[in-house]
Amino acid sequence: MKIAVQLFAAACELAGKSTVSVDLPESATVADLRNQLVEQTPNLKPLAEILLVAVNNQYAGDSQVLTLTDTIACFPPVSGG
Amino acid sequence: MLSISCNPIDINNVTDAVRDLRAGAVVLFLGTVREFTGDVQTLSLDYEAFEDMALVSLTGIMADASSRWPLVKTAVVHRTGPLELGEIAIAVAVSAAHRGPAFEAGQWMMDTIKQQTPIWKKEIYADGRTEWVHPDAAPSLPEEDRQ
Repeated sequence: MKIAVQLFAAACELAGKSTVSVDLPESATVADLRNQLVEQTPNLKPLAEILLVAVNNQYAGDSQVLTLTDTIACFPPVSGG
Repeated sequence: MLSISCNPIDINNVTDAVRDLRAGAVVLFLGTVREFTGDVQTLSLDYEAFEDMALVSLTGIMADASSRWPLVKTAVVHRTGPLELGEIAIAVAVSAAHRGPAFEAGQWMMDTIKQQTPIWKKEIYADGRTEWVHPDAAPSLPEEDRQ
């Protein structure tokens, strides 16, 4: 399944785009997504250890299984306020 | 009141949004753009928000604050885009019958927003460098989100 991943802040800047399409097998997890994303977008490697994943506007743990209808975003730790 | 906007924050509006005859205490916190962090001089900041999720996050934080403390009203406004020195990046206002809960809830809301709400700042330094600020540690997530 092809999943569109929104990128923000340093992740967006390093990748040079705000959305990337990641090809994943069925029942792929958040950890699979992060690995595949960094593999196909090597510019994100400096952030690989700290990238956070949100699924449907909620932080998601590594073991969460993704589905085609999920809205997915990836970004570094937050620094608002 | 809850909003994320690139327009300057009107602190009277934010304060008025929580004023209420049931409240004997109103606390307003402003986060403003600081010129020096140690010896490093900042020229300006640029804030970016993942707006959909940030609104969900802030709504949850406002509801959690109201369940943890006996509050009357809460308000949060966060600015995005370029901000000059001294400008207001965030306003958090809380009202309660008494000052104790208002101060405590205001501090907790601000701490929690900084840990959880998906908004980022980019520093534009006087020496020409730019840098996205992001702590190296993962944020402290709500218990139900831990896996």
